[in-house]
Amino acid sequence: MIRAILERARQGYRTTRYPKGEPPALSPRFRGRPEIDASLCGGCGEGGNDRACAKACPVGAIRLDAGTPTGPNRRSGPRLDLGLCIFCAECERVCPERAIDFSKDCRLATRGRAELVLGPGDARIELAHELDAKLKRLFGRSLKLRQVSAGGCNACEADANVLGTVGWDFGRFGIQFVASPRHADALLVTGPVARNMELALRKTYQAMSEPRLVIASGACAISGGIYADSPEALGGVAAVLPVDLYVPGCPPHPLTLLDGLLRLLGRIEEGPR
Amino acid sequence: MRKEELSLATLANGRALSLAALPLMSAAELALALREGLGLGLRISAYFGVPGEEGGESRLFAILADDERNRLFVGRAQTEGGAFPSVAREFPQAQLFEREIAEQLGLVPEGHPWLKRVRFRRSWTGREVWGPGILPGVIPEILPGVCDFYQVEGEQVHQVAVGPVHAGVIEPGHFRFQCHGERVFHLEIALGYQHRGIEEAMIGGPAARSIHYAETAAGDSSIAHATSYCQALEALASGPGHGSPPRAQAIAAIALELERIANHVGDLGALAGDVGYLPSASFCGRLRGDFLNMSALICGSRFGRGLLRPGGLACDLDPGLAEELERRLKAAERDSSGAIDLMLENQSVLARLEDTGVVPRETAIELGLVGPAARASGLARDLRFDQSSGIYRLAQIPVSTAESGDALARAYVRRLEVQRSIAFVRELLGSLPAGPVRAEGSSGPLAPDSLVVAMNEAWRGEACHVAITDGEGRFARYKIVDPSFHNWPALAYAMRDEEISDFPICNKSFNLSYCGHDL
Repeated sequence: MIRAILERARQGYRTTRYPKGEPPALSPRFRGRPEIDASLCGGCGEGGNDRACAKACPVGAIRLDAGTPTGPNRRSGPRLDLGLCIFCAECERVCPERAIDFSKDCRLATRGRAELVLGPGDARIELAHELDAKLKRLFGRSLKLRQVSAGGCNACEADANVLGTVGWDFGRFGIQFVASPRHADALLVTGPVARNMELALRKTYQAMSEPRLVIASGACAISGGIYADSPEALGGVAAVLPVDLYVPGCPPHPLTLLDGLLRLLGRIEEGPR
Repeated sequence: MRKEELSLATLANGRALSLAALPLMSAAELALALREGLGLGLRISAYFGVPGEEGGESRLFAILADDERNRLFVGRAQTEGGAFPSVAREFPQAQLFEREIAEQLGLVPEGHPWLKRVRFRRSWTGREVWGPGILPGVIPEILPGVCDFYQVEGEQVHQVAVGPVHAGVIEPGHFRFQCHGERVFHLEIALGYQHRGIEEAMIGGPAARSIHYAETAAGDSSIAHATSYCQALEALASGPGHGSPPRAQAIAAIALELERIANHVGDLGALAGDVGYLPSASFCGRLRGDFLNMSALICGSRFGRGLLRPGGLACDLDPGLAEELERRLKAAERDSSGAIDLMLENQSVLARLEDTGVVPRETAIELGLVGPAARASGLARDLRFDQSSGIYRLAQIPVSTAESGDALARAYVRRLEVQRSIAFVRELLGSLPAGPVRAEGSSGPLAPDSLVVAMNEAWRGEACHVAITDGEGRFARYKIVDPSFHNWPALAYAMRDEEISDFPICNKSFNLSYCGHDL
C-alpha cells in the first residue's frame, strides 16, 4: 500500500490541461491539416489528374479539374479530400513546387462530409459546430460513447481508447465509453464497415435509444480509406448510418478526436485552440 | 529421418527463390512432406493456396520453419479434383491453415476433423466447399458466426455466447462457451468480422496502396508488417543496391522495439485493470501513450505509419531527435518499471494471474504458437534470434522465456521484454550506423516467377509475408500470416476448466489481433 502511494506520488499528475491550457506537444514530424497554396501549383505533367500529387496519392484523395490551364493559376490547384486522406504526405513529397504542405494543425473534425474537401486556397476547414440547443442540453455535460470497430485495424480504436486514460481523461467533460449500446448516446464507429460487420453495426445502432449520434472516426469510417474499393467492405459508415461527426486521420490523433467531441458539445470556442 | 532428407527446398528468411527451382509435387506428396517435417519438429509458418491460371486447378504452398538451423523449408503442390489430404488430425497447428485454404479456394482438406469457415466469405475460385444449398447452383448467403459450434450436452450444461460486439473498445469476434455453472468446458472462437480482403487487394501489386495494406494488416503492428513487406520487396528487386542500408535497419529496429514496448506496457496495464489493480492500470495506460509518442517523434505517426518504405526509410532520425528520444526513453524506463514492478510484486495480483489460463509446453508445440505466448510456455522461439533479419543479425537481444505457461508467465515475459527492448533501443541509439537511410533506385521491377518469405518478430510473434510473382514481376499471390493466426487456438485452450470470469484475464494476457487474423 505504501509502495503504491509512493509510486503514485512519483508518477505525478499527468492529465493534460487542454483545453484550458496548452495541448500536449505534437511531434515535429506530425502531419496535420494539409495546406494547399494554389498559387504555387505549376501544373506539372499533362495537367488534370496526371499531376504528380494526384498520381502519388494512394487513395485518390487529390482531384484536379480536368482542362484547367497549366502554369501558375489560382484555380488550377488540387482539391484534397480529408475524408479519404491517410496523411501519408506522399503528395507533399512529390510536388515539384511544394504547393502542398502538411501543417501541425490537428483540428480536423467536421459535421458534414462536404466540409472535408479542401479546395484551392481554402485556408481553413469549417470545423464542427455545436449540437442544436435541445441536443446540447441533453449531451453537453454527459456524452456516453459506444465504440464499434467495423473492420478497423485497431489503430483508430487504440487512439480513441487512449482518451479514457489519465493522460487525457475525457471523463472530465462527462464523456465516457460505456459497455452497452443501451447506455450510449453516441456510436463511435471505426473501420470501413466490413461486410461481415454490417448487421452487428445496424443492431448496435438500433439498440440505442433516441436521440442518438453517430461519429465516424478515421479515413476508413469516413470513406472506406484504403479499403474504399474493397468488395468486402461498404466504404464507410455513411453507407449504413447517418453520420453526425467526421473525424479524419489514419488514425486520427487523440487530440483531433477530443477536439471534435468538444466542439460537438460546444465546450470549445472557435479559435486557435 | 533427417531434416536434410525432406523432399522440400530450403530457403533463408528474406531471400528470394526462383519458382523454377521449386519442385512441383502432388498434394499427397506435399502432405507426406508436411507430416515428416512437422514430425521432425518443424513448425508451419505459412500454408496457403494459389488459384490456378484461367480456372485451372489450384496449387498449394507450404513454408515450414526450422528455427534450430535458421532456415525455412518450402514445398509446392498441384492439386487435382478439388481436394487435398489434411494433416490436421495429427498436427493441430495445420487446422486453421487448411480451413483457410478450403474457404479461399474451395478445396476440401480430406480428413479434417472440424472443417469450418474462417472468415465467412465466398471463395476466390467459384468452387465452394460449403453448400450448395437447396436450389442447385445457388450458394446460400454466408452469415458471419452462423455455423455449428462444438457442443457439450448434459444436465445443467449451458452455452454462453459473447460478441461480435463486446463491452469494451475491442474489435469484434464471437466467443461460444460451453459451461457447467461457472466452469468452462470448452470455448470456441468464430472470427471473420474484420475481413477487409487484403490478400485479394495485394494481387497485381506492388501498387501505391500495397504498403498501406501491410501497415494496416494489424494496425498495432504496423512496423512489423511494413518491415516484412519491405524486406519481401527488397529481396525481389533485381540487381544490387536494393537492400535497406544499415542505418535504416537500425532505426527500423528501434521503431519495432518501441511498438513492442508500447503494446506490452499497455497490455500489462489492461491486465492490472482486469484484476482490479488500478494504480498500475492507470500508470501503464498513460505510459503506453508516451511510447507511442516516441514512435511519432521518429516519423510523425504514433503507429509508425509512413516510416518504412521498400529500400529503407522515408525519414532519418536526426541527431536532435535521437537525443530527445534517449531522454524520453530514460524517463519512461523508470516510470514503466515502477508501474509494472508494483503490479507484479503485489500478492493479490499474482494470486489472480498464477495458474490461470495454463498452456503447457507440449500444447504450445502442438498448436504451433509464436511470440510471447510461445515463450511463456517455455519455447525459446523469437525471430529476433532465430531466422533473424536486418540489424538483428548483428545486434542480439536476449530471448525472454518463462516455464509455467499461465497468465502470470505471459505477463512476466512481457515485463522482461519491456526491460530488454528499452536497453536494446538505448544501445542502438548509442551506436547508430552512419550513412543513408534509403537505397538508391529501390523502385525497380521485381524478379519474375519468384517466391520470397520475409518474417519478423512482431510484438505478438511472427509476422510472415510470402510474395509470389508472376511472369511480369507482379504479385500473383501475397500471403500474410499474422502471429494471431497461430495463437487464437491457444486462447481457446487456455480457457478449458477455467471459470468464465477468467476470460478477460486470459484474453488480455494474449491480446490477439482480430483484424490481423481476418485480414
